[in-house]
Amino acid sequence: MPDQLLFAMEVSLNGLMTGIMYALVALGFVLIYKASGIFNYSQGVMALFAAMTLVGIQEGRVPFSHLINSIFGTHITEFGFEVPALLAILLTVAVMIAFALFVQKFVFRHLVGQEPIILFMATIGLAYFLEGVSDLMWGSEIRQLDVGLPQGINGAIDNATFEALGYGFFIDNLDISAAIIAAILVAVLIAFAQYTKQGRAMRAVADDHQAALSVGISLNYVWILVWSLAGIVALVAGVMWGSKSGVQFSLSLIALKALPVLMLGGFTSIPGAIIGGLIIGMGEALFEFVVSSNDLFGAWFGFTFSATENWFAYVLALAFLVFRPQGLFGERIIERV
Amino acid sequence: MLDQPEETHGDGVAPELKDREVLLSVNNIEVIYNHVILVLKGVSLAVPKGGITALLGGNGAGKTTTLKAISNLLKSERGEVTKGSILYRGERVQHLSPSDLVERGVIQVMEGRHCFEHLTVEENLLTGSYTRKDRAAIADDLDLVYSYFPRLKERRKSQAGYTSGGEQQMCAIGRALMSRPETILLDEPSMGLAPQLVEEIFGIVKSLNENEGVSFLLAEQNTNVALRFAHYGYILESGRVVMDGPAKALRENADVKEFYLGMSDEGRKSFRDVRSYRRRKRWLA
Repeated sequence: MPDQLLFAMEVSLNGLMTGIMYALVALGFVLIYKASGIFNYSQGVMALFAAMTLVGIQEGRVPFSHLINSIFGTHITEFGFEVPALLAILLTVAVMIAFALFVQKFVFRHLVGQEPIILFMATIGLAYFLEGVSDLMWGSEIRQLDVGLPQGINGAIDNATFEALGYGFFIDNLDISAAIIAAILVAVLIAFAQYTKQGRAMRAVADDHQAALSVGISLNYVWILVWSLAGIVALVAGVMWGSKSGVQFSLSLIALKALPVLMLGGFTSIPGAIIGGLIIGMGEALFEFVVSSNDLFGAWFGFTFSATENWFAYVLALAFLVFRPQGLFGERIIERV
Repeated sequence: MLDQPEETHGDGVAPELKDREVLLSVNNIEVIYNHVILVLKGVSLAVPKGGITALLGGNGAGKTTTLKAISNLLKSERGEVTKGSILYRGERVQHLSPSDLVERGVIQVMEGRHCFEHLTVEENLLTGSYTRKDRAAIADDLDLVYSYFPRLKERRKSQAGYTSGGEQQMCAIGRALMSRPETILLDEPSMGLAPQLVEEIFGIVKSLNENEGVSFLLAEQNTNVALRFAHYGYILESGRVVMDGPAKALRENADVKEFYLGMSDEGRKSFRDVRSYRRRKRWLA
């Protein structure tokens, strides 16, 4: 049985790492939802767009080359130089900020004071629009993303655990860097929200739009700010997922995995998104491990399940919706009687 | 038309403030919500520097709309000023954003407090200084606010959503003070508060007016209290100013007594009479 225990530990650790990847996507949702009450369906596509832009810039490809070529009959595809990773990342951040400006100027500025459902519908439209733009801009081929993050199994952990426990844990280097980056990102975001003037304005807008307006906070500015932050978070998520599984259109579907994370952690809590992600990641990995194992589940029930990862998170989220609708860390609804 | 109040208009300024500069003047404005609903039908008023000007009237008379037209919070509620002009120190301010107005010294304290529930009391106050750049003075002003509202100092670390109604009202006024305003548009400060607290809040408004020189435009349903503290009053009814005059004169006016103070020559009236009175008046109006 200790063997099983060791396996379970390794599975949980890997689950935690996957959970952080989910949390990165969920974080983008939380930022926008908190500050504007908009549930941003396009967050996943933003991650895709950010990753594609990053790859495109890195490889020095010409944006909209298909379009340009078919209009002018030219054959340009590449500039013929490669952009170093760091510079490419900075340029992509600039693109995401430009996107935030665009969204605010052409979409949400005109929808101030509308019902949440209308804003939600607008983000669905935005998601498809952005998916189309990504395709038009960079083409639809699957691309490898490499910004110099370490790949492969971490040898040190493997050796250390082998010596201590007689069984080496396989943990991906990429997952470890994702965890570190996520931790830094969350710390920075929380510090920003709690201790800076703009962060305070952001939280004020989240609480009461009208009152924020009345003290002279510009909603437009704060919303551009949060969409930019969400864009940067989307970039980080896109880089992580893109490095893991290649940059392709299915990347936008990771947004769906963020939903149960949000329900668990609460739509309005930054730490909630992280902890929700960890619980979902570890929960689904452990659950899969137990119910698909012949020695554990099979020995008691005589049959096993598999591919539970596809639905486990959603069932867990459903249970949370019934018993604790604001999530683990969601803002308590303050109701004075 | 026995029960129609006589329209009487004063000269727009209380005798004791006669030679003061007029900060804010609203000239014959019309406000339409959603392009169809006409709410204000020609409202004019003036706010002199250092005065407390009261805007009185019942529900739906247009008090809040007038204040929001001035502070330009109307836009976010799909309302707009379609006629007339609003001048602050002689400058047309209709097209300015609320934050531009805050920078010019005009800030609104909204009806129903509207504190930021999840921020602490102190953070709430600090949001009031959002438009300011002078960091050192902000700390001084925080102390000033605490000296006017010692209760807020005790509760500075609690979430505003968990403080009492009176404390929230103080928090909202304190937050406005943090912008170093010249004029505060104060909407219904008495709403939902116990009479004792209403007195306390109005007392503080009065001392802010006298000691800090802040001018107030005050929308209030509690005519009795408002006329005791204000210098000048305007009475709105269905989007029009039906009467205005120095607070003292309004207090003595028979129609005001009848309609807004619930008094008549014979003393206090029974509620039943007042109601039928008001209903018939609507018919005729």
